[in-house]
Amino acid sequence: MARRRLGFWAQLVFTLAVAAFLLVPVGLSIVAGVTRTYLIGIESGLTLKWVWQVLDMYSDTIWLSLGIAGACLVVTLAIGVPLAYVLARTRGWMGRIVEELIVLPIAIPGLAIALALIVTYGGVGSFRQNWSFILTGHVLFTLPFMVRPVLAVMASGQLRELEDSAASLGASFRQRFLNVVLPNARSGILAGSLMVITLSIGEFNLTWMLHTPAMKTLPIGLADSYASMRLEVASAYTLIFFMLIVPLLAAIQIWADLTRVARTRPAPR
Amino acid sequence: MMRGERSRLILLAMPAGIVLLTFFLAPLAQLVAVGASGENGVAAYASVITNSRHLASMVATVVLAGLVTLSALAIASVAGLFLVRHRFPGRNLLVSTLTLPMAFPGVVIGFLVILLAGRQGLLAAVSSASIGEQIVLAYSIGGLYLGYLYFSIPRVILTVMAQAETLDPAREEAARSLGAPTWRVVIDVVLPALRPGLISAGSICFATAMGAFGTAFTLATDIDVLPMTIYTEFTLNANIASAASLSVVLGAVTWGALLIARRLSDTAVATGA
Repeated sequence: MARRRLGFWAQLVFTLAVAAFLLVPVGLSIVAGVTRTYLIGIESGLTLKWVWQVLDMYSDTIWLSLGIAGACLVVTLAIGVPLAYVLARTRGWMGRIVEELIVLPIAIPGLAIALALIVTYGGVGSFRQNWSFILTGHVLFTLPFMVRPVLAVMASGQLRELEDSAASLGASFRQRFLNVVLPNARSGILAGSLMVITLSIGEFNLTWMLHTPAMKTLPIGLADSYASMRLEVASAYTLIFFMLIVPLLAAIQIWADLTRVARTRPAPR
Repeated sequence: MMRGERSRLILLAMPAGIVLLTFFLAPLAQLVAVGASGENGVAAYASVITNSRHLASMVATVVLAGLVTLSALAIASVAGLFLVRHRFPGRNLLVSTLTLPMAFPGVVIGFLVILLAGRQGLLAAVSSASIGEQIVLAYSIGGLYLGYLYFSIPRVILTVMAQAETLDPAREEAARSLGAPTWRVVIDVVLPALRPGLISAGSICFATAMGAFGTAFTLATDIDVLPMTIYTEFTLNANIASAASLSVVLGAVTWGALLIARRLSDTAVATGA
């Protein structure tokens, strides 16, 4: 099209407005986090004072979140990848029921899942008071995001062929799983891993119900600062959160684009 | 399948199975039981109808989630179709911007709404400078609407774009060459082809909005959405049975919405093919 029509420009302006709605408040929070006095504005001067104050007050929440995200990744890898493989191999009604079951934690609000955990295990003090209680909620919530991308890759016909030829050459089940299935599913495993870490670091709905005053994750600390700290401190804290989460989100997008390009290209024969 | 494969597969599925049974299915069953253990017994499950405060909360939540879903679908269809159809410099950046907030937690989005439409917010500053009146939306249903829209748009746009990529431009060309005006092409050709994507994106959007807690929590609005009511029952009133029964009802509504939508979009795909 040599000349764009009026409709093009109208839609472009609309789409830009939507992007502005999403981006402007993020920009505001970044600016507020490094401004001396937000009510006066940038004229009051830029400062890292608030960022240091947050790191001083809340750094333990950042470490706890990173620790839980790491542990959550380990658990979802250990139980999710084998499960995805089993699901890829069993296509009957059993497989469908299990698939439905693992996506259930997405469909049911986090608040309900957290309440269910509390009414069942809340009396077990050593578990309730431990960070593994939060981890349990995070594993339930993130497991489908590990299983689905891995299952999508494993269910492709190519992997079946590779496995069959390995079997015909005498490879044992164990050899096939470790040396054929896992390496070939790595794009799905990486996509799932990025998603699990991102979601775990940002999880609030479950965590708010499961946490105790002695163990606060980053989003819990954020909610805390929104309710009790001045706007500049809350913004600086949000800025730190963005610095953690945005690179992860960008990595997810880039990886998705890369693998899509790879998939749409004809497979080398 | 080879001999012994079956038992190996069962072994591989075992860890996930044990975790899901112990920490998900058993607790859910317990939650359902606790919901009926209060002074009202099983009748607690009818409280969304019989208790006027619960009913008001349910109605407000359904209306809000419905409005947000319709708005998000409309906005995402225009923007998503546009982004799929046109190539221009900066397009990829625009797509990234529109999908980036997808995994922002609800609390953070609540805070962003405060910055946008709170007492010290951008809208307040702009409106008091231009019309001399400070507009503050954040702590009312308007703030909830903005926040829910914020987390819905990225998810819906992704699904709409994926669906729009499967559209066949030849069908539109045909309709156009037969003299159909643009709005007829949109209604008769484009929207039906987008239908499966719109249904699945819409149902996920609706379910997420029904269960959203963080945004309402941060905004502390004067309208109690259902998750906030559940939270209040649990913490302030220590009415665990009531909180449990309400969250079972909420979970059933969101799961049901997703199930129905999947049926609809499956049949739509089937009939469309």
